[in-house]
Amino acid sequence: MNEETKVLESFETAVLERFPDWVTPDEREGYQGLLVDPANLIDLMSSLRDELGYDHLTSLTGVDYLPDEKMEVVYHLVKSTGGPILEIKTQLPRSNPVAPSLVGLYPGAAFQEREAWDLLGIKFDGHPNLKRILMWEGFAGHPLRKDWVEAYHGEEKKPYDDRWPEGKARKIEADNPYRENVSYPEGFNPETWIPDTQELLFEGSQRFQLDDDLETEQLVVNLGPQHPSTHGVFRMVAKLEGETVVDLEPVMGYLHRNHEKIGEKNTFAMNMPYTDRLDYFCSMSNNFGYALTVEKLLGENYQPPERAQYIRVIMAELTRVLNHFMAIGFFLNDLGAYFTPALYTIKERELILDIFEAVAGSRMMCNYYRFGGVVRDLPEGMEEHIRKLVYERLPRQIDELDRYLVENEIVVARGRGVGVLTPEQAIGLSAAGPVLRASGVPYDIRRADPYSIYDRFDFDVAVRYHGDVYDRFLIRYDEIRQSIRILQQAIDGIPKGEVLANKKAYKYKMPKGEAYGRVEGPKGELGYYVVSDGTDNPWRYHVRAPSFINLTGLKQMCLGEKVADLVAILGSIDIVLGEVDR
Amino acid sequence: MKGFGIIKGLGVTLKHIYDTYAEDIKAGRKRYYTKEGVLQRRTTDTKGIFTVNYPEERLAVPENFRFVPFLVYEDEDGEKVPRCTACGICSKVCPSQCIWITRAVDQETGKPLKTPAEFYIDIDLCMNCGYCAEHCPFDAIKMDHDYELANYDRTQNNIHDKERLLKPASYYAEIRPGYYAMEQKAKAEEEAKRAARRRPRE
Amino acid sequence: MPDEINVPDYNIPPELEGTIAITTLDRIYNWGRRYSVWPMFFGLACCAIEMIATAGARFDLARFGMEIMRPSPRQCDLMIVSGTVTKKMIPQVVRLYNQMPEPKYVLSMGACACGGGPFKRGYNVISGVDKYIPVDVYVPGCPPTPQALLFGLMKIQEKIDKQSIKEVSWYQKEEDPGIPVPILGPDLIDPRDFPELMARINKEDQA
Repeated sequence: MNEETKVLESFETAVLERFPDWVTPDEREGYQGLLVDPANLIDLMSSLRDELGYDHLTSLTGVDYLPDEKMEVVYHLVKSTGGPILEIKTQLPRSNPVAPSLVGLYPGAAFQEREAWDLLGIKFDGHPNLKRILMWEGFAGHPLRKDWVEAYHGEEKKPYDDRWPEGKARKIEADNPYRENVSYPEGFNPETWIPDTQELLFEGSQRFQLDDDLETEQLVVNLGPQHPSTHGVFRMVAKLEGETVVDLEPVMGYLHRNHEKIGEKNTFAMNMPYTDRLDYFCSMSNNFGYALTVEKLLGENYQPPERAQYIRVIMAELTRVLNHFMAIGFFLNDLGAYFTPALYTIKERELILDIFEAVAGSRMMCNYYRFGGVVRDLPEGMEEHIRKLVYERLPRQIDELDRYLVENEIVVARGRGVGVLTPEQAIGLSAAGPVLRASGVPYDIRRADPYSIYDRFDFDVAVRYHGDVYDRFLIRYDEIRQSIRILQQAIDGIPKGEVLANKKAYKYKMPKGEAYGRVEGPKGELGYYVVSDGTDNPWRYHVRAPSFINLTGLKQMCLGEKVADLVAILGSIDIVLGEVDR
Repeated sequence: MKGFGIIKGLGVTLKHIYDTYAEDIKAGRKRYYTKEGVLQRRTTDTKGIFTVNYPEERLAVPENFRFVPFLVYEDEDGEKVPRCTACGICSKVCPSQCIWITRAVDQETGKPLKTPAEFYIDIDLCMNCGYCAEHCPFDAIKMDHDYELANYDRTQNNIHDKERLLKPASYYAEIRPGYYAMEQKAKAEEEAKRAARRRPRE
Repeated sequence: MPDEINVPDYNIPPELEGTIAITTLDRIYNWGRRYSVWPMFFGLACCAIEMIATAGARFDLARFGMEIMRPSPRQCDLMIVSGTVTKKMIPQVVRLYNQMPEPKYVLSMGACACGGGPFKRGYNVISGVDKYIPVDVYVPGCPPTPQALLFGLMKIQEKIDKQSIKEVSWYQKEEDPGIPVPILGPDLIDPRDFPELMARINKEDQA
């Protein structure tokens, strides 16, 4: 048993001893955490938050245990002062899964509970706005349930049998009675169907009295999904009073690519290239998180060798630099500095992409990490190239970018005091990454719960204290500088040797159990929750996407601001829609 | 002072403009339309902004670069002999399941042969992940460097059949010289080992 | 420049070479159009980032006269469908396409837009944007590199070169009715499928 699990066990026993009536340890094979009855959930959670300091609800998801006729809601809690994760689970009957909503205790649960309702059909009693979030209102069924089948449902699991040895290329469209990847529920009549026009979103526009003599009208402004400032296909419906935002509803799901459903059909190894497409700026970080999670499941034999550990850290930190460069560029785009700052940051990004292309083979979709290491060693001369980049080029460029933008009066005026998130709000809203740290909470998983070899490096946790747009902009500079520090130490310390602990494999003998792995991605905590039932394919595969959960705080940040600042605030959170919608 | 920050920023822009043109003038004609020029421009020392004038000059892709897969064949007296043995591993590891293989069957005995009768890759599904090439035990399927695949009709062009997929081993050696040499060496060693093992028995 | 628009069969006297050009209306019309294709600033997924990279300094769309990316469909000639098209998004994509003025072109970038890509079997993914809007050029790859996209854009230019002012659809008398916008029901409903859908439901009822 290593150090980390010991600490965790002591945490769990502490909870067990304190609340013996409420919790029981989860004793299924390969499972950790504590089970709680849904009736005691709220009491337990409020005690955990207020008495034991578990104030940050990192992840909330559901699992459909079809053979046991059970639904399970899984909560991952951490202390914002650091330490390992506490896992709480509650089991519900599958026929009528109703759990109490945690939105009152942890506002950050709002979107995650909506997602669990949308995809798994778990109701949350007391949720103020339990609507679908990724699919549209009126969609038939809850797609992540194990007995729900999609239109192109051929075979349950990959690899499909019709590919070999008698495979004939054909389009799957031919199999579907309704063609084009749609399936209608039984008894559906298109003539009587009334489409949901999303009236609810636009219910504003009512007359009301602002003060005694001025009668005004509220105006609903819709931004997106096709809008140049929403970083993709994101939509915000803002209710305005004059120019002031009084209500805001983020609408997402326009890029919902069924990552989790497809992930449950894939084998474990097949998911690796799919994770590239989550946050498509940071494919290396995504790979990192997934590899760590599955390595937790696989156990000791899959610990990556030293050299691989260093390569992993180097690539993940390069990704962070790249992502923050782009975040700064796009943020300036949003402020109206159209394309010149982005042009300069894209230029630097290309240099890092050259490295990725030479190392992994693709500019964006790297697919470079494997369970137990990385797929191949760095090509010849690459170490020298990276050394030059991190010692000479990047420090110079970040200083130049600093001179270029940081003192710019327009950036300061647009950013300072706008979209403020206080530390308490940020923690409550489950924000992570730069958004959390810009609010004055020095929480960085690389320090709070170190993974891989981050405990060897000397670096500071970047933190800013105002929690406004300007600080969220500045913290990206700080993080780039810290990343460069890590990169310099890593490139100096990289040893020679193997890069893969085991033989190349595409099938792994997966033990039964569950694992939650997390890394500090450039956008925040990127977590993977994987449940294995001992077969080649994961039973449940959930991604805790930082962009998605950071958006929970968007409304809080925007209330009371001017409509023009919406764009700046959204830009400062730095979302990627591939990750928001998955 | 108000406005100083903006002026400082504009100074950086000015420096970029200066760098770009100064580099161009200093380097003269060498900088453009030559391989060395492109290579020099993409190093970490490069200053200013530069453009690759595609299609006149191209950014060379590194050896590891991967686009859609192709099949390697050995040219034996003008006959294309694919290295593929129709073992089906690539179609099993493929995350998007875009590979279809029909194994050839001996017409007389009905026994399966170690060669594909048909081989399809639907590049509308392919995610260029490189798993097929990584796991192929016979070095038969490799990732291509040719990215110029744009076309007017996907039904005609985007399902690559065996004919389209087969490319000679010499082409493979050209795009991935390092890997080709490594694999040839490994093969030769294996061959030598096998020969050594056979000899004592005789 | 004169070489590019000159009709090759005409001999221009040597003393006038380089100063005048003899051309056809089609040729000069297409020559003007091919260097001013304005793409829509419209990104869907991963490929959009490569599209932005293409607009960046290193690959520089401006060399093709395509740097003016317009967020409004009313000002665009080219829609680059860059990424996975989902069922939730397709009504908007079709609406944007209908709003574009003629002449309009569609370039489907990446495996997802061409044929669903790795996400094809997903319940919310359209297996190919060409099921709803006509596509002129397909650029496969996941994602296509900027150079592959540029190659696709050159294909658009080639297509423009081949068009004739007499035959192009936007100078014909019939009015283009536009494409019916799909509806979000229990699943996606394509209005063009209505008769077929009804027939099928009736048949199921009888059986």
